[in-house]
Amino acid sequence: MTNALLAISDEQLATNVLFYALAAGVALSALAVVLSRNIVRTALFLLFTLGGVAGVYFMLNAEFLAAVQLVVYAGGTLILIVFAVMLTSKSPFIRFDPKAIEVVVAAIAGAIMLVALLAGIISTHGPVGTPGAIVRQPLDWGTSQYPVADLGQALLGDYLLPFELASVLLLVVMIGAAFLAKGRRRRAAGEEKA
Amino acid sequence: MSWAYAIASFPALPLADGFGQTLVFKDFLGLPAAPWWAKLAWDLAIIAGVFGGMLSVIAMFCIWWERKVAGHMQCRFGPNRVGPIGILQSVADGLKLMLKEDLLPRDADKWMFRFAPYVAFTPVFAAYMVLPFGPEFVFERRLAVGVFYILAVLSVEIMGVIMAGWASNNKWAIYGAMREACQMVSYEIPLGISIIVAVMAAGTLNMVDLGNLQGGGIHTWLIFRNPFTFAAFFAYFVASLASNKRAPFDLPESESELVAGFHTEYSGLRFSFFFFAEYAAMFVVGGIQATLFLGAWNDPFGIIGYFHAKFADNHHDIQLLVLNAVASGIFVTKAMAIIFVQMWLRWTLPRPRIDQVLYACVKVLLPLSCCLLLGASLWGLLVGSRPGVPWVDYQPFSWSDWQMTPVALATQVILTLIGLAGLTGIVLWVGYAAVTGRNLKQRLTDPADIIPHAA
Repeated sequence: MTNALLAISDEQLATNVLFYALAAGVALSALAVVLSRNIVRTALFLLFTLGGVAGVYFMLNAEFLAAVQLVVYAGGTLILIVFAVMLTSKSPFIRFDPKAIEVVVAAIAGAIMLVALLAGIISTHGPVGTPGAIVRQPLDWGTSQYPVADLGQALLGDYLLPFELASVLLLVVMIGAAFLAKGRRRRAAGEEKA
Repeated sequence: MSWAYAIASFPALPLADGFGQTLVFKDFLGLPAAPWWAKLAWDLAIIAGVFGGMLSVIAMFCIWWERKVAGHMQCRFGPNRVGPIGILQSVADGLKLMLKEDLLPRDADKWMFRFAPYVAFTPVFAAYMVLPFGPEFVFERRLAVGVFYILAVLSVEIMGVIMAGWASNNKWAIYGAMREACQMVSYEIPLGISIIVAVMAAGTLNMVDLGNLQGGGIHTWLIFRNPFTFAAFFAYFVASLASNKRAPFDLPESESELVAGFHTEYSGLRFSFFFFAEYAAMFVVGGIQATLFLGAWNDPFGIIGYFHAKFADNHHDIQLLVLNAVASGIFVTKAMAIIFVQMWLRWTLPRPRIDQVLYACVKVLLPLSCCLLLGASLWGLLVGSRPGVPWVDYQPFSWSDWQMTPVALATQVILTLIGLAGLTGIVLWVGYAAVTGRNLKQRLTDPADIIPHAA
C-alpha cells in the first residue's frame, strides 16, 4: 500500500516518522544542553543528544559508527566530564552563570555555524530531499560482505599510516599523562619528607 | 524484508511481520491491510511485550535463584514460603516494592533522581535485541556489529548509576557512583580486548554468525579454538564480573562501608529498576560469554548445527521452530551456568579494596589481555585457523573439518580434552565437598565440636 499524497511506501513513511521523532529528540535535548545551568544535568541531556545521533546512524545503516558513537562519547567522554565535575566541584550543584558578552559571542558563533550547515545541506545533491530515501537497505546476510570487515581492511590497508599516526599520538598522550601524575605524586612525597 | 528491521526483526516468530498482523487486522478487524502507523504500533507493542516479559522473567528467576544459592551456601534454605520451593518469592517482593512509598530526599536533584533508574535500565533492555537464543530466535540477527553493539549500549548504563549517586546528594551514594565510574571505565578495556581475541578467531562480530561457526561439535567452540581464546575465556569472566559490579567487585554498593552505595536513597519501584537492571545485565554478560566462547545455542555433539544446516535451506518451518526452541533451552542453560558461577563467587570471596580492584585491572588484567591479543594474532598468522564459512566448513563430522591445518585441529582436540577434564574435576570436587559438608553440618550440631575445649 502506498500513501497517495506523497507517493511513498509504508516502509518509507514509517521510517520517516521514526527519523523525525529521533531528530526532534536530538534537537530538543541539544537545546536543553545549551539552556540548562546545572552542569550535571547538562551532561545528562548531552547523553540524550549523543544517543539520538547514534539512533540516526543506526537508521542510516552505519551500525559501526553508531556503536562507536555510544562507546566513545556516551560511555567515555561524557563520563570523564561528569567525573571531572564531581572531583572538582565545591558545591553540590554547580551552576553556570555566563556573562552577557559570552552569551552574545556564543550566539554569533552558533548563527554562523547554522548558516554554514544550512548552506551545505541545501547545496547537497543526492538522497537528501527525496522523502523516505533513508530506508534501511537489507544487508547481504550470511556472507562476508560486512561493512565492519571492509572498515578493518581499509584501516589496516589503505589508511595504515594515518591510523598508526593516531595511535602513536594517543600513546604519547598517555605516557605524558602518566608522567605528569607521577611527577606530582613524587613532589608531594618530597614535601612530606621535608 | 520490512522497515521493521530498523527496530527489530522476528524472522521465525509467527508474530513477525506477516502472520500476526494479518490475524489481527484482516481477520478480526476486517481491515484490508494494516495502515503504517498500526504496523509501527504493533511492532512496538511486540517489542515492549516480549522484551519486557522475557527480561522480567529472567531477572526475577535470577533474583530468586541467587537467594536460594546464598541460602544453601550458608547452611540455610533460602526463600521457601511463597509457592513451591519459594519460586514466587520474587513476585511477592515485586508487589511489595510497588506498594512501598517512593521516597524523595529533600535536598536531592529531584528531576534527575527520578530519571536515573530509567537511564540505568534502558541499555540493558536494548542489549537483549541481539542476544541469540537460537539461530532464528534473535530479534535483530543481521546486525553486523553484534557484540560491539551490546558493549556500546551497556557502557551507557554507567551514566544511570552516576546520575543516581549524584542526584541523591548523599555522601555514600556519591562515593558509590565514583567507584562505579572508575571501576567500569577501566574494566571495559580488558573486557573489550578479551572479546576481540575470540572475535579474531571467528572473523565476525555478528552474534548469529558466531553461533553458526560453532555448530560442529564441542571442539569447534571458540574457547577451544586456540590457547589464547581459552585464556581469554577466563579474562573475560573476571572483567565481566567487575564491569557488571558483581561481587567480589561490588564496590559501588558495598554494604559494609557505603550503606547501599549508589542506591542508598532509593526505595520502592525505582530501587527495583536498579535491581532488575543488575540481574538482567548478568544474563546479558553470561549470554555474551556463552555465544562467544561456549558455542552459543549449540550442543556439544553438533546435532543442532547439523539439523539447522538441513532445515535452513528448505521451508521446514515447524522443524525450525522446534529446533529453535531446543536451541533456546541450551543457550539459556549455558548462560545460567555462568550466572551460577558468578553467584558462587559472590558468596565465597571477600571484597577487595578499590585500589586493589584498580591494580588488578591496570597492572594484571590489562597486560594479560594485551598479551592474549598479540598471541591470538600471531596464532592466526602462523597456524592459520581460518575463520571459515557458516554451514559449509563446520558441518559436524564432515571431511571439510579436516581441511584445516593439523596443528589447529590438534590444538582444538587437546584444549577440548583439557577443558572437559577441568570441568569434570570441578564437578567431582564440588560433589565431594557437598557430601562431606553435609557430615560437617551434622557435626556442628554438637557444641563440643564448635568449641573444642568447652567439654
